[in-house]
Amino acid sequence: MRYLHNLAVSHIATGAALLGTGGGGDPAINLLIARKAIETYGPVKLIDVNELPLDAWVLPVGGVGAPTVGAEKLLSWTEIDESFAVSNAALPGGAYATMPIEIGGGNALLPFVLAMRHGLPVVDADTLGRAFPEMQMSSLALDKVPMRAFSLADEKGNTCLIKASNPSWMEALARPVIDAMGGAATACAYACTGEEVRTSALHGTVSLSERIGRALMDRDVNRGDPLAALIAETAAHVLLGAKVVELETKTDGGFVRGGVTLAGLGADNGRRVEVAFQNEYLLATEGTSLLATTPDLICILDRDTAMPISTENLRYGARVTLIAIACHPKWRSAAGIRATGPRYFGFGFDYVPVEKLIGSTL
Amino acid sequence: MNYRLGIDVGGTHTDAALLDSRLNCIATVKVATTADVTEGIHRAIAKLLEDAAVERQQIRFAMLGTTHCTNAIVERKGLQRVGLLRLARPATLALPPLSDWPQDLHDAVDPVVAVVHGGYEYDGRLLSEIDPVEISKLVSSWHGKVDTIAVCGVFANINNAQERQVEALIRSIAGPDIPITLSSEIGALGLLERENAAVLNAALGAVAVQITNGFSGALKALGMTHTVAYIGQNDGTLMSIEKARKYPVLTIGCGPTNSLRGAAFLSGYLDAIVVDVGGTTADVGVLAQGFPRQSSVAMDVGGIRTNFRMPDILSIGVGGGTVVRVVDGKISLGPDSVGYRLNEAAQVFGGDTLTLTDVSIAAGIAPRFATGEVRATKELCRMAFDKAMALVDEAVDRMKTGAQPVPVVLVGGGSVLLSETISGASVVVRPPHFDAANAIGVAIGDVSGEVDCIVDLPGNTRHEFLQRLRNDACERAVEAGADPQSTVVIQQEVTPLGYLPGQTARVFIKAAGKLAVA
Repeated sequence: MRYLHNLAVSHIATGAALLGTGGGGDPAINLLIARKAIETYGPVKLIDVNELPLDAWVLPVGGVGAPTVGAEKLLSWTEIDESFAVSNAALPGGAYATMPIEIGGGNALLPFVLAMRHGLPVVDADTLGRAFPEMQMSSLALDKVPMRAFSLADEKGNTCLIKASNPSWMEALARPVIDAMGGAATACAYACTGEEVRTSALHGTVSLSERIGRALMDRDVNRGDPLAALIAETAAHVLLGAKVVELETKTDGGFVRGGVTLAGLGADNGRRVEVAFQNEYLLATEGTSLLATTPDLICILDRDTAMPISTENLRYGARVTLIAIACHPKWRSAAGIRATGPRYFGFGFDYVPVEKLIGSTL
Repeated sequence: MNYRLGIDVGGTHTDAALLDSRLNCIATVKVATTADVTEGIHRAIAKLLEDAAVERQQIRFAMLGTTHCTNAIVERKGLQRVGLLRLARPATLALPPLSDWPQDLHDAVDPVVAVVHGGYEYDGRLLSEIDPVEISKLVSSWHGKVDTIAVCGVFANINNAQERQVEALIRSIAGPDIPITLSSEIGALGLLERENAAVLNAALGAVAVQITNGFSGALKALGMTHTVAYIGQNDGTLMSIEKARKYPVLTIGCGPTNSLRGAAFLSGYLDAIVVDVGGTTADVGVLAQGFPRQSSVAMDVGGIRTNFRMPDILSIGVGGGTVVRVVDGKISLGPDSVGYRLNEAAQVFGGDTLTLTDVSIAAGIAPRFATGEVRATKELCRMAFDKAMALVDEAVDRMKTGAQPVPVVLVGGGSVLLSETISGASVVVRPPHFDAANAIGVAIGDVSGEVDCIVDLPGNTRHEFLQRLRNDACERAVEAGADPQSTVVIQQEVTPLGYLPGQTARVFIKAAGKLAVA
């Protein structure tokens, strides 16, 4: 158990932006909210998975919907408080702790806000290890942990408690509700026991994002080479140094979909790579060949600072580095690939681990 | 032969440079900036024309770069009191307006803010209706408390109808003359950033009037009524006086942009590190293919987030007026500076303060341009100078992208104080007219043309369609005076509007090219 202050939360926000693989919403906004909360309530308690009683309820929380909506329609307290109230009431004895549903993007910090406001600790784990666009894409769903106490709430005070028979139904039922709520909502979902957290959550990911943030932000750690420090922390593969030459985006059904075309610079001059996204960067291709694909993490970084660039912050002409990071082994199981691999998103490729793709092009 | 003038009005000096139609720099002058900006500009232009023996009728263009707006924000001076209406309730309440503002900037702008009903959903549905009674009450209660009003609605970037309605409502209450800034006119997606930019733009109203009047007043007084006047923006392009008066926030950051572009132009290096040494700081920036390397993070202006793209600049406390102290046998540099008082405060000028100018001269680096005695040992001066150079070395190293040596270009009046040995540099150059790099940078500013429209993007011929719009933007730049050969698209944003049928999108394209001189 340890207490997190402002600096740690800032590092987590940056690490979360990277793990957000272009989506998950800009953590900067939730960071401002989290800092205001720390001012009011004091530092936030982070507990290790092993410190959780086996029978304690953990109630994860996150924002759902299009990240572009979150950047405009900033949070009110209402949606957090209402979603928590509705879900908490559905858990016998109430929640012992909260946890990020997804560590990628702004959602990494929402549990901190909830934790401070309602006096709970945060568990050092999440259920994705990155960001994904759909709600059934969770390690808890993969392990068939039952759906409990799933609620959605918006800033107008609308709430919706959904009892879905399986995770895909949860996504199917929630999506139109989120769209009706304005394309974004707060969700308490995947309520689980301490035992289920131990078997099925992805452990230590809050600390991981803190270490990534420190590698990118702290000069004493990265010694002026943030990309090298990031590679040391995550074993990231560098795919391309490039410039953004085309960008296409569309918001619908609570998703930001589109693609970005990168033209190689320097040693990569003459190469042309397309990266497709649905909230997150999902697939990188060069002509007809695959460079990297979901569920591995694809990130676009600023060429000079190695800071991650989200899909909504991509700009024509930006100088970038394209990297890929191996995902958690749970996503590389047959069920994991079925749930989050390229075929699921409609791409005509089979999943190949990024380290194999790198090997094949060398 | 016709000519163009570049003028850079800094906090201390006003620099001017005269370029001929082949862009050869004919003459430069430096005069003190005056409290009444007009006088300084007038004197600089008059002196320049006299020095170069050029008739005022031959001056076809005059470009002004100014750090007044940036300085006003950084120094929290001359800012107007702003009332802000955020059209968003019941959304956004966890993060009230200006939450990320430092206290001193908050105090300077003395803002009155309110989150009122209004805003749109992403798909154009109403988030909530605006309530004219709620707004009327607030605006009436602000009478005498604010000089100007900013309005920022949720998703106003895709639908500005509410912002326009509120503008009309404010005018009906507070009179037709109150300056109003609508966020939809200056910013893109991102409520907090757009809101900050709108409030800054509103707060800069008086500074904008002062500087634009100063510029046009000076031109008028000199009888240069035929000269076309431009003001430099942060992206290295030029805008009209009228536009600058309405959107002064767009000039923020143009100082470093002008100095970097001037350095590229003067040195001929397109990829280099530029060190611009002034009276208080040395600003280190990077040229990539002739353009300033942009900061990719949401840019801090005076400590707050905006979504403007700015040159990535590292400022260090190494300037001509930087104060040198010896405390317990240890040398410390700045970060304070005697600033514009250098000519009276520095020891070489007969003053009492030991400055970087003094130690550089005593150490035998800078030419002895003043005769006063430096009351410190040569050894101490050398140590202080080495310390300053170590800071420069480190800053250059931090801004580099790789380990290999790169060219370093020194510009700015204070750059004579530095030695031409910088670790990590492949070559160090101080080009001719280095002390007027800013004025030259704005004089060579690009002319731009924009397309900002809502269109139905055809699915199968999208690329061709966007290409046509890109061509339109280029054509507009050419109409505005750009040379067709050099005109390229510098910015392109396609924002889909889900609330309209089909593939409707707001398309913003900006093209820019060199000013045609034929």
